Amino acid sequence: MNIPANLKYTKDHEWVRVEGDEAFVGVTDFAQSELGDIVFIEIETVGETLNKEEVFGTIEAVKTVSDMFMPVAGEILAFNEKLEDTPEVINKDPYGEGWIIKLKISNTKELDELLDAKAYEELVNA
Amino acid sequence: MKNTAFTQFHIELGAKMVPFAGYNMPVEYTGINNEHITVREKLGVFDVSHMGEFWVKGPKALDFVQKVTSNDASVLYDGKVQYSCFPNGKGGIVDDLLVYKIDEETYLLVVNAANIEKDWNWCVEQGKAFGFTEGKELYNASNEICQLAIQGPLALKAMQKIVGQPVEDMEFYTFKKLNIAGIKDAIFSTTGYTGAGGCEVYVANEDGPKLWKAVFEAGKEFGIQPIGLGARDTLRLEMGFCLYGNDISDTTSPIEAGLGWITKFVDHKDFIDKKFLLKQKEEGVTRRLKGFEMIDRGIPRQHYEVVDANGNLIGEVTSGTMSPMMKKGIGMAYLTKEFWKADTEIYIKIRNKKLKAKVVKLPIYKS
Repeated sequence: MNIPANLKYTKDHEWVRVEGDEAFVGVTDFAQSELGDIVFIEIETVGETLNKEEVFGTIEAVKTVSDMFMPVAGEILAFNEKLEDTPEVINKDPYGEGWIIKLKISNTKELDELLDAKAYEELVNA
Repeated sequence: MKNTAFTQFHIELGAKMVPFAGYNMPVEYTGINNEHITVREKLGVFDVSHMGEFWVKGPKALDFVQKVTSNDASVLYDGKVQYSCFPNGKGGIVDDLLVYKIDEETYLLVVNAANIEKDWNWCVEQGKAFGFTEGKELYNASNEICQLAIQGPLALKAMQKIVGQPVEDMEFYTFKKLNIAGIKDAIFSTTGYTGAGGCEVYVANEDGPKLWKAVFEAGKEFGIQPIGLGARDTLRLEMGFCLYGNDISDTTSPIEAGLGWITKFVDHKDFIDKKFLLKQKEEGVTRRLKGFEMIDRGIPRQHYEVVDANGNLIGEVTSGTMSPMMKKGIGMAYLTKEFWKADTEIYIKIRNKKLKAKVVKLPIYKS
């Protein structure tokens, strides 16, 4: 299971890559592997400001539908449009090409509440 | 949880295992889409050992089968298979099944894993009127038989290498008892629930590992792959084949489900619910199971509501998925009368949005 040390994580299996007061968010390698083939991503929140743990979009695998939650409060700046036609990129490269949204973080202090790689690894192995 | 004769192979192959109908079963190995496409284009192997097998034997075997199933089993000849269902006496369906005619006094009923106990109890109860006893005229062999479905356009070609008789030109829905990979008296049946062609092979549990190895060896040059329950579901749904528990149940009638073609109202056959179902057929029903495909982007799922252009409820999705071949959402739904014709626009409510879809003729995926 690939869990990069430079990322932050949520218990709902999103990852966060912080760049100043902005962040890229996706789903973890564990999440994509559990979901199986990802066939549809729906993000209709671009431009909105959402609270931590609010649903920012939906990820659909062949058999299941899951909501995705805001790791921290913020404004959704962009959606990875490549995922509209090739959502399977998330299966192949969940931490890179498979990023899902870009955020403007409302309060960087909330980042401290996220899991580090070690804590996330413990969570998925539990 | 029960294992099948092949469970160890699934685990060694790294399959994602899930509990299904009390069995530990593989849901996928390399990914549902890849497995699905392998079956449509080449060939794949499903462990379907969880299915139930009941023998019906003796001079009254045909009479019993005629009474409990909706299709006309009197047209079967030795070596012929028929798709059928058990009407439940209340206008619904106990299960759908395959009926194999071995000979005049021997029939094999193959039922869904999730319904084995219910079906068995039902058959035993109905068998009383025929003087049948458990273990004699009715025999539940579900725990003794394992089964592989080898499906896809290259399946019979591959299997020809390991069987002692010609099978490539076998008619659809027929079977032979033959030797396969040195296993005697296997049932080799040109059936399956994928719409991709191929066969299903039944052997005793102890012969399972031998069969598995021989099938994969024979199929290697054709690109054979193991296929999980996930792709089994997407393959059957592209064809518009019913899944018990989703599309048909104790509260849906075969007429409503579009299974009129396996419900035979002929003089020489009396069966459970015949009168009621004939009335339904003649007077018409108010809802019918229909296939549909999405026009808007979205994936329909079981229990999503179906509405008309004005938002009035007209039905409910019973099965839905993203079609791996069509790359769009497809599904089946019970719809009220005005919406049965092909190309009729309907709307699926997906996360509070009304997304456009259209009714299509079956199969949903036209190869």
